[in-house]
Amino acid sequence: MTTNAYDKLIFELSSPGRVAWSLPDADVPEADARKLLPAQYLRKDAPELPEVSEFDVVRHYSRLSRMNYGLDTHFYPLGSCTMKYNPKLHEDMARLAGFAKAHPLAPEALAQGALQLMHELARDLAEIAGMDAVSLQPAAGAQGELAGVLMIRAYHQSRGEKRTKVLVPDSAHGTNPASTAIAGYEVVEVKSLPNGEVDLDALARTLDTDVAAFMITVPNTLGMFEPRIIEITELCHAKGAQVYMDGANLNAILGITRPGDLGFDVCHFNLHKTFTTPHGGGGPGAGPVGVKAHLEPFLPVPVVTKDGDEYALDWKRPRSIGKLQAFWGNFGMLVRAYTYIRTMGPDGLRSVSDNAILNANYIMKRLEQDYDVAVPGLCMHECVLSARRQKRLGVTATDIAKRLLDLGFYAPSTYFPLIVEEALMIEPTETEAKETLDAFCDAMIQIAREAETNPAVIHDAPVTTAVRRLDQTKAAREPNLKWTRRS
Amino acid sequence: MASRYIANTPDEQRRMLGVIGAGSLEDLLVKIPPKARLARPLGLAPALAETDLIRHMTALADRNAHADSHVSFLGAGSYDHYIPSPINHMVLRGEFLTAYTPYQPEASQGTLRTIYEYQTMIAELTGMDVANASIYDGASSLAEAALMAHSVTERREIVLSRAVHPLYKRVTATYGEGPGLRLRDVPAPEGVTDLAAVRQLVGPKTAALVVQTPNFYGCLEDVAAAAELAHAAGALLVVVADPVNLGVLEGPGKLGADIVVGEGQGLGVPVGFGGPYLGVFAAKNELVRRMPGRLVGATVDRDGKRGFVLTLQTREQHIRRAKATSNICTNVALCALMATIYLATLGRRGLVKVGELSTAKAHYAAERLAKVPGVSLRFTAPFFKEFALKLPKAPDRVLPRLARQGFLAGVALKTFDRALADCLLVAVTEKRTKAEIDAFAAALEKAVA
Repeated sequence: MTTNAYDKLIFELSSPGRVAWSLPDADVPEADARKLLPAQYLRKDAPELPEVSEFDVVRHYSRLSRMNYGLDTHFYPLGSCTMKYNPKLHEDMARLAGFAKAHPLAPEALAQGALQLMHELARDLAEIAGMDAVSLQPAAGAQGELAGVLMIRAYHQSRGEKRTKVLVPDSAHGTNPASTAIAGYEVVEVKSLPNGEVDLDALARTLDTDVAAFMITVPNTLGMFEPRIIEITELCHAKGAQVYMDGANLNAILGITRPGDLGFDVCHFNLHKTFTTPHGGGGPGAGPVGVKAHLEPFLPVPVVTKDGDEYALDWKRPRSIGKLQAFWGNFGMLVRAYTYIRTMGPDGLRSVSDNAILNANYIMKRLEQDYDVAVPGLCMHECVLSARRQKRLGVTATDIAKRLLDLGFYAPSTYFPLIVEEALMIEPTETEAKETLDAFCDAMIQIAREAETNPAVIHDAPVTTAVRRLDQTKAAREPNLKWTRRS
Repeated sequence: MASRYIANTPDEQRRMLGVIGAGSLEDLLVKIPPKARLARPLGLAPALAETDLIRHMTALADRNAHADSHVSFLGAGSYDHYIPSPINHMVLRGEFLTAYTPYQPEASQGTLRTIYEYQTMIAELTGMDVANASIYDGASSLAEAALMAHSVTERREIVLSRAVHPLYKRVTATYGEGPGLRLRDVPAPEGVTDLAAVRQLVGPKTAALVVQTPNFYGCLEDVAAAAELAHAAGALLVVVADPVNLGVLEGPGKLGADIVVGEGQGLGVPVGFGGPYLGVFAAKNELVRRMPGRLVGATVDRDGKRGFVLTLQTREQHIRRAKATSNICTNVALCALMATIYLATLGRRGLVKVGELSTAKAHYAAERLAKVPGVSLRFTAPFFKEFALKLPKAPDRVLPRLARQGFLAGVALKTFDRALADCLLVAVTEKRTKAEIDAFAAALEKAVA
C-alpha cells in the first residue's frame, strides 16, 4: 500500500481488548478507586479511547508522519520562519535525565545545573542583542511580545504617564497588533513606503505623547534592513515612546548589528527560528524577551540570579509584570538553544548570518528574471517575490505553492507581507547547500514557464501529496472538529 | 573553522557572489549604515567541539536532582507519570519534529490528522463539545479562558478559588492587566472552595467562576454545585482539570463546565524542569467561534477524499490582527502529539488503570505518612493523587534531610500560602511503589523526630 492510500484515524484501528501499555498490578492493600473516592466524583463509563496494540500505534504514527513534509526531508523556504536544520545533538542534550526528568519545584540547591544553564543563556542572548537583561519565560514569540508590551506599559505607568496607543507598520506580523491589543493598547497602523521601509514623515506625524511604543521588525518583513533605523529610534525616544523590535528576523544580523545598539528598548527572540529549536509541526517554541536597564525592574518573575557560585530564583521583584507560564519557561527549548550557541561560538554565529544573507540573495538573483521582486537590489536573509505577473496568466501565489509541493519542495510563505500583491516570501537559511538552492530555483523557473505554456499542470497541483487541494469553505461552514463513530 | 551546520564552502561562496554580482560577503551588507554596525566580535565563549560540549552539558545535567536520581513525590502541576517508550521514538521522526505549522495542508496531513485525533480525545476526556489544538501550558490556558469569558460575557470580574494553582492565578493576572480584568479570591480554608462564599461573590459583574479539580491541594471540588452558582449569576464556569486523571474522574463538561482548561503534561510529556508543557483548552459548541488557538477540521479534497485543514481561522491573529480572539500563533503541536500517542497507547483501559493506581498509592501513602508521629493530613476533604501533609518541623529543615536520603519529599507550601507554612504538598503517581512509600515514611519519621 502506498502512503497516499492510507486514510485511517487511530479510532478506526480500535479492536476491543487490545492493549499497548504495560503497568504493574497494585502493590498496596486497597486498589479499588471506587472504594477510595466518593461516587459523585467518578466517571460513569470508561472514556472512549482507542484499544490498539503497541505495534498498531507505531505503524499508524509512522504512516501519518510520512504524510508530512518536514525540514529533514524537504527544503522548507517559509519566509520569516527561519526553517534551518535542527541539530540532532540538541535532541540528545534535551533528553539527558538531569534536564528532562528534573522537576521545576525541586529545591534550588538540587537544580543548580539547570539554573546555571538558564543564567548563561540569558547572558548570551543579552550580548547577542545588545540588551541589559533577558527573561527566558515567554513560551513563544507572541508571548514574548505580550511580555515586552506589558513591560513598556508598566514603565510608562511608573512614570505617571498614561499613553494609549502603539504604532505598528502595515507590514507587521499579525501577532504584533494582536499582542498589543491584548496588552490594552489601541493599535495604530503606520503605512510603509513602497519599498517596505518606515515612512519617517508619516511616523513623525503619528508620534504624539499618547504613543507608548513603536513596534517594528528588523530586518523588515520584506527582507530589508531599515537604513534609517537609528533616526527612527531617536525620533521615538524624543517623543517619550519606547521602541520594540520583533526579533523574528534576528537570523540576519548575528554579530553584524545589535538591536540594543540601534536604540531598541525591548526585543524578543524566537529560539525556534534563529536558535534552531525544532518547529514540531507548530510548537513548542520559546520567545525570550530582552530589555534595556530601565525596563529590568518589570521583567517577569522569577529571575535567575547568581551570587558567587550559587544560582537562585529571585521572586522579590515588586514591579514585575508577573508571570506568563506556570514555571520558568520552555526549558527543553532553552537547552537546545544553549547547546547551539556553545557549538557555534561568536565566529560561527556571525557566519550564520553571512551565509543566510548570501543564500537569500542568490535565490533572489536567480529568480529576478522570472518573477517580480518586491524590492530590487540586495536583500538580507529573505527575499519577497510577487507573482503578479503570473496572476495575469491566471496563476496565483497559492497555485505556485501547490505546484512546488509536487516538485518536491515545501512552499514559501504566501500572501505575506500583506503590502505585496501575491507575495511569495522565501527564506532559505544558511544551512541549505547551493545545490538545493539551485534545484529550488530551477523548479520556480519551471513553474514560471508552465504558467505561460501549461497552466493546467499548476492548477491541478498537488497530485503527489496524501490529499489534493482541500475544501476550506466546507471545513469552515460545517465544522467537524472531532471524530465520532458516524463521521 | 568550517561549521558542520553550514554547507557553503569558500569556493561555493565565491561562485554565488559572482552570480549576485558582489565582490564579497561584506558587499551584501551595504544597506546597514556603518554607525549601526557592531565593531567587535560578540562576547561569547568560543565554539566547543561536540565531544567537549557533551561533557559540559552532562556535567550541568548531573547537578540536577531528577526522577531517576531520587524518589520523587513532587507535583503541584508537574507530575512524574509513566511515559511509554514509543512516544519518544515517534516524536523524533523528522517529518513530525521538523515540520512547521500546517500552512500547506496537503503536505501536512500527518500533523493535521494527529491534531484532529488529539481534539477528539481531549473533548472526550473533558466531557466537552470541542477542544482546540493546544495552548502553551495549563496556566496560559486558564489566562486565555479568562479573556474569553470576558469577551463572551462583556464582564470584567473573574472569581477564582484560592485552591486554584497560585501560579496559574498569577499568569491570569498578567494577561488580565490589558483588558482590566479584576480577579477576586474565594477562600478555601478547609482545602476546598467555600461555596457559601462563592454565592456571595458571584454577581452581575462576574464573567467567570474558576475552580480546579483536583485542586492545588489535591482535593476534589463539587463542580456541579459551582456550575449552578456561576450560571445563576450569568457567568461561565471555567474548570481547571488534569486530563490524565479523567480516566477515573468525571469530565467537568458533564458537570456543567463551560470551558475546561488544564495542564496536559501528565499525558506523556516529560517534567523537563517546567516546560515545554501542554495547555489543554476545551469548550462548549456555542463558544467555538470565540476560542483562542488553532482548530483542525475534517473536510474533503478535490477528489472527495477525506482530508484535514486548519479551520475557523477568522478568529486568529494572522487574519484578524488587533481584533483576534487571542495573540497566540503557534500552539505546542509536538507536545499535543506526545499526548495523542500517549492516549492511543493507554487507551480506554490503560488511562483508567493509571488513575486507579495513582489513587490507590496516594491513599496508601497518605495513610502511612499520617501515622508518623507528629505528622497529619492537613485537610479531610476527599483527594485524588496529591495531599497536604502537616509536619511538626519546618518543611525547609526537613526537605534537605530527606533529599540527602534520596527523596524529593514534596513541595513546601509556605511560598504559596503563609497559612500553610508547616505543610508539604505530596504527590504520588502510579510510578511509586509500596516499598518506596514505606521507605519514605521511615525516613520522614527520623527527619521529624
